[in-house]
Amino acid sequence: MTTPVSSIVLVLVGSVIGSFGAIFLKSGANALSKHWTSIAYNWRLAVGILTYLLSSVLFVKGMSKGELSLLFPMVSLGYICTLVWSRLFFHEPVTKVKLAGVGLILIGIVFLGFGNAMH
Amino acid sequence: MSSVTALPEVRIVDADKRRRAVLIVIFCTLIVGVAQYLIKLGANQLAAHHSNHGGSVSLTTAVMGIFTNPSIFSGYCLYAVFTVLFVIALRDGELSILYPLISLGYVWVAIIGVLAFHESMNPLKLTGIAIIMAGVAVLGRGGSGK
Repeated sequence: MTTPVSSIVLVLVGSVIGSFGAIFLKSGANALSKHWTSIAYNWRLAVGILTYLLSSVLFVKGMSKGELSLLFPMVSLGYICTLVWSRLFFHEPVTKVKLAGVGLILIGIVFLGFGNAMH
Repeated sequence: MSSVTALPEVRIVDADKRRRAVLIVIFCTLIVGVAQYLIKLGANQLAAHHSNHGGSVSLTTAVMGIFTNPSIFSGYCLYAVFTVLFVIALRDGELSILYPLISLGYVWVAIIGVLAFHESMNPLKLTGIAIIMAGVAVLGRGGSGK
């Protein structure tokens, strides 16, 4: 294995945490107006950025040992979480097509895992 | 009748805004590629200077590294640029369409991994990356159509 399992776990956990960052950014973006103070006093944008920072610490720790080309695609687990949160918090529709996309991403991550074990 | 004829104009403006949002996000994927290169470069430096019995660096080293390692810091500054552009794009589009578009960055990152860091590539890894990209593209389609 060229990338240790611990690095993979760190990146996957970081991705799940990062998916919450996207939710805060979206709800912050919804609250924006033309005036610049709507950015400065927007706590949702601030929390979104802090959440990304936390996820980045786990990502850097994971990235210090292992392959970029393997670990970075695993961040896609976050997209699946974002889909779930988008449904829960913004009531965006979850279609069968989206569920197929989720399935493909999960299969892709499993393939990456086997590809890593090949070495 | 007048309200019916006014509707298509509104839709055209919306379509233009959505198209612009998609273009902004595609530009963002190039930023992601460069940012990931810088972050990996810095993370390797951290591992070389603070080796933890051959394991990954400590959480403290990782936190410090984000702010004190020039390479990692620049990488995340690019992510700040990325975030501002992404927030602008999000105002005109659905999160569930725009967020997955960032996956275009996998192509740049895979190329960078092999060329700059001499990482291994095998059929399983390539298939995995391709399937993830397909999945992400399907997710995007699922947002526009019912």
